[in-house]
Amino acid sequence: MASTSATDRQALVHAIATQHAADRGALMPVLHDVMDEFGHIAREDVVAIAAVLNLSVADVHGVVSFYKDFRTTPPPTHVVALCRAEACQSVGAEALYADTRARASELGDDVEVDEVFCLGNCALGPSGTIDGRLHGRLSPERIEALMAGWGS
Amino acid sequence: MTTVYVPGDAAAVSMGADEVAASFEAAGVSTVRNGSRGMLWLEPLVEVATSEGRVGFGSVGAGDVSELADVVSRRPQDLLDHPKSIGLVAEHPWLVRQQRVSFARVGLVDPTSVSDYEAHGGWAGLRRALGMSPREVVDEVTESGLRGRGGAGFPAGIKWKTVLETEADQKFVACNFDEGDSGTFADRMIVEGDPFTLVEGMTIAAHAVGASEGYVYVRSEYPHAVAALRRAIDTAYTHGFLGRDILGSGLTFDLHVRVGAGAYICGEESSMLDSLEGRRGEVRAKPPIPAVSGLFGRPTAVNNVLTLCAVPMILADGGAAYAALGTGRSRGTQVFQLAGNIRQGGIVELPFGVTLGELVEDYGGGTLSGRPIRAVQVGGPLAAYLPPEQFGLPMDYEAFAEAGAMVGHGGIVVFDDTVDMARMARFAMEFCAAESCGKCTPCRIGSARGVETIDRIIAGHDVAANLVLLDDLCETLTKGSLCAMGGLTPMPVQSALRHWPEDFDRVSTGSTSEGGVDA
Repeated sequence: MASTSATDRQALVHAIATQHAADRGALMPVLHDVMDEFGHIAREDVVAIAAVLNLSVADVHGVVSFYKDFRTTPPPTHVVALCRAEACQSVGAEALYADTRARASELGDDVEVDEVFCLGNCALGPSGTIDGRLHGRLSPERIEALMAGWGS
Repeated sequence: MTTVYVPGDAAAVSMGADEVAASFEAAGVSTVRNGSRGMLWLEPLVEVATSEGRVGFGSVGAGDVSELADVVSRRPQDLLDHPKSIGLVAEHPWLVRQQRVSFARVGLVDPTSVSDYEAHGGWAGLRRALGMSPREVVDEVTESGLRGRGGAGFPAGIKWKTVLETEADQKFVACNFDEGDSGTFADRMIVEGDPFTLVEGMTIAAHAVGASEGYVYVRSEYPHAVAALRRAIDTAYTHGFLGRDILGSGLTFDLHVRVGAGAYICGEESSMLDSLEGRRGEVRAKPPIPAVSGLFGRPTAVNNVLTLCAVPMILADGGAAYAALGTGRSRGTQVFQLAGNIRQGGIVELPFGVTLGELVEDYGGGTLSGRPIRAVQVGGPLAAYLPPEQFGLPMDYEAFAEAGAMVGHGGIVVFDDTVDMARMARFAMEFCAAESCGKCTPCRIGSARGVETIDRIIAGHDVAANLVLLDDLCETLTKGSLCAMGGLTPMPVQSALRHWPEDFDRVSTGSTSEGGVDA
């Protein structure tokens, strides 16, 4: 992923956008595909997508910045997303979130702990995803076990 | 060869179902990844097919598999005596007392099998609908009394009638599968466990309103559902249930899946339409309503997942059969979701009219922590908190509205006596501030001011004056917001104030560095 050269990346983004160009409301599927490919949407990607879809750069930038999922910087090695919505709060999500952030802060930039509002696992909270995988009934001990070996 | 069922539902997966299934496969036992029965506290709930029926095993871990696989293959007579056995699943008291209409097939069938779907009554509604005129289909849905299950409870038949009667060169059906409210997971579970129902419901809707294209807008937090739905749509195309000339009827209907990107507001129908069009998910002013001018400015039937999933049964058995269930103007069944601090969380499908207390105490078994219940929030983060004194309320749109609450989508979140209701009120404002689309001022600015005001109350600063200010702010949000996000955020705040005023009666923490009333 990271080894893709700037020219290759530009060609790939162009191909992704072209592939969806005839679809109705193509921008969201294009942005998702670029995210899947590169893990983030770079400034150059925004310009390329706008050109192919015949949108202004401002339009595309506006959409990228509106949605939480679209990141504009490369992701860290590990991403933890913990649910902070009501159902998970009722079983201790706030304390778990604070505890996990504190734990991650010791691991440096390699680990990111995000909040998320609802993963649809509300009867088995606290819920969260760890590197994209959904986990229920999370506890500090469980998270510690799942984060073992990170940042070393 | 004995069949073993290991749910592929995200909730089961979150408790290790994938590892359990892999262990069975490694032991030479083939598995079917079914949906979840909705008894979520028992997940992963493994089922083994026997001549008596399917025997269930609760909370199975990968470590239990080798021994269980041995019993399955060599000592089937011992299955019921196994320490993890919960007996015959179909006879489990939690399920027997329910009336599963929408969820009839979930957990039972293989969600990837179109023939399994058909063997369990699938496509009967579509077949009957295709033999009827669009107007007859709309009348049937109107007669059923079906109301929107997404929360607003608008009669589905009336919405469809508007789309049908609006002239246009192109019409759309759009399914709102942006189930973002905490405490709700029924949409996710029905799509993961029985995805063809949604495909069938949308195809019937397309025929009824005259649409040739449909979109399902799924939130990105639901990757398992996205995969299940995409697979089901591909299969439906292969078998002639989607595409050109469906079942030889002449109906052409193409169905697409679109994935959101982490914006709660896109569950609001007009924001969802903007997002589907590839734009920022900002709320549109109404009128025009989407039924007249929706997706790409064309008439669009926008319905929630469960609303569309009720349609095949209504068409198969007739609107009258559906209307025979329920109470007052709340017809049919509702899929209640028990969530939060609850011992037995999951899906309870029953006709409207069951009381809140029956759901939370009889089915839910009280709190997970074992402490007394202090509050329940019914209908999502934009709905009221209720105290146990109101557990006698029947689950019915009108009865809840009279009590200053709402049934919404039937999600119920339970809190024990350690909950701080001033904190929950603050969270309601914080959530609104985080998720507001920013288009209207009361929601965008009011929510941020709400957080600050509640912070001052919690800190004990000039509490009486700040409570007046908070009340005023809530009124502004309620009356001045463009959509339900700002308009209903005061619901949880004011219900917390009404039922638990003691939580807002804070003694000053002594800090004088901030606070006071600006107004």
